[in-house]
Amino acid sequence: MNKTQNNKAWFLVLPVFLLVAFSAIIPLMTVVNYSVQDIFDQNNAYFVGVEWYREVLQDPRLQDSLLRQFMYSGSVLAIEIPLGIAVALMMPTRGAMASLTLIVLAIPLLIPWNVVGTIWQIFARADIGLLGYVINGMGIDYNYANNAVDAWLTVVLMDVWHWTSLIALLCYSGLRAIPDAYYQAARIDRASNWAIFKYIQLPKLKGVLIIGILLRFMDSFMIYTEPFVLTGGGPGNSTTFLSQTLTKMAIGQFDIGPAAAFSMIYFLIVLLVSWLFFTTISQLDKDKTKEISHES
Amino acid sequence: MSRRKNVGIWAYSVFVLLPVYWLINMSFKSNEEILGTFSMWPQQFTWANYQVIFTDPSWYNGYFNSIYYVVLNSIITLLVALPAAYAFSRYKFVGDKHLFFWLLTNRMAPPAVFLLPFFQLYSSVGLFDTHIAVALAHCLFSVPLAVWILEGFMSSVPREIDETAFIDGYSFPRFFIRIFLPLISSGIGVTVFFSFMFSWVELLLARTLTSVEAKPIAAIMTRTIGASGVDWGVLAAAGVLTIIPGILVIYFVRNHVAKGFALGRV
Repeated sequence: MNKTQNNKAWFLVLPVFLLVAFSAIIPLMTVVNYSVQDIFDQNNAYFVGVEWYREVLQDPRLQDSLLRQFMYSGSVLAIEIPLGIAVALMMPTRGAMASLTLIVLAIPLLIPWNVVGTIWQIFARADIGLLGYVINGMGIDYNYANNAVDAWLTVVLMDVWHWTSLIALLCYSGLRAIPDAYYQAARIDRASNWAIFKYIQLPKLKGVLIIGILLRFMDSFMIYTEPFVLTGGGPGNSTTFLSQTLTKMAIGQFDIGPAAAFSMIYFLIVLLVSWLFFTTISQLDKDKTKEISHES
Repeated sequence: MSRRKNVGIWAYSVFVLLPVYWLINMSFKSNEEILGTFSMWPQQFTWANYQVIFTDPSWYNGYFNSIYYVVLNSIITLLVALPAAYAFSRYKFVGDKHLFFWLLTNRMAPPAVFLLPFFQLYSSVGLFDTHIAVALAHCLFSVPLAVWILEGFMSSVPREIDETAFIDGYSFPRFFIRIFLPLISSGIGVTVFFSFMFSWVELLLARTLTSVEAKPIAAIMTRTIGASGVDWGVLAAAGVLTIIPGILVIYFVRNHVAKGFALGRV
């Protein structure tokens, strides 16, 4: 679409700019400020340069939780994206059943995050929870509070329960946007279901999938409340992810300098991965359009 | 194929609903029953857990606090995001791309990073423990997403509609409210859904920015965990009550959400 050049449009953007600037730039500058100073009290603050950054990067606690974080985000994405697409393909397309499935799927998305933790706490406990009771009943020793592997599996399962619906809903609406003519053409060509999926549905889903993957990456990378309620980060540190390490540092121990430096690194990692992903995808997109225009 | 699909979607629905059912089941049991016997449904059905919540103002005020700041957040988000999204979808202006990306970077910022600075900022301007503080803090995440969603919807409305309206003598505000907004109503539905969703479910910032007056229900729930153990029944009942507003919102926007995601670029 052709847009007209008009700098007066800034007046329309101004409210957003001021609002976000108030709640983003000021706090962010505070964090930057803390990250380069050693602060004892209001009158005793010394500039320490990149000291905190160096300390934080060498801290094994943080390296461990960073590693755990990447493993966690990787595994939830690897499960949720294919499962979400599969669920979207299975959803009924019209009638009362369609509305009903939509509502059911959206339920986990609208439950406060600590309640999600509570639900799974109650559901997975070996003594009072259905899941824990059934698994133990089958003769498998399962206790998410004592066993690191069990805790890890439960946290991942909880995330799958919580967020697969988002991918499914996004894909569902993406699928609805495909004109019927495409399917009719495929039927005439006697295309298999797999071929329909690969050549018609998946390409059309690319837009919503990019957004879904970005949202899921960013949010799983910032996860705090759910594992905090469910496992408290334990047993040991097995389910302590980045946000929890950071809050412990900033509020529990009040190590403001290192915590601020850590915040900056944390933020930059999320920014970098999202940006890399986004540019790669749009680059691929451009190459493909070029190819097609060459062919024709 | 169709039968397999049905089985699949039923299985997934059961997976989604089972943990929620278990919570509801627990909320109608007494603590003795929860810890003593294991059953798929309450043997001695009781409303006692809900009574605890509905008779104690420090409990039910938590719900009002949460709903108050969530509604406030949705209103602020819509008010600022609508004109901005219009500007992004219709005009080129100095720094538009940078501004758009910068907005999105805020969606990527981990809330934990902003915890301490937010606390200090809102304390220093005297907004600590107010609903507006939580609403404003949540805007940091909801506004970028709202602008993104609305921009997609607005770009799918042909420009000719704007131009015709202006030629017909509509002023900008009148055109925007009378003609443009109805055209993107499903976009507004989706946006409200998302602002509501992210504000209702967030706890970390909401808890940090409040102490008594505006304390969200999610934070009040932690008091069921006391020295004598966890009050499972009341915890479950409080949890069930937090699910209800969400289900109401989904019910009202369900048609928009189905249509909506696809129409806009989201």
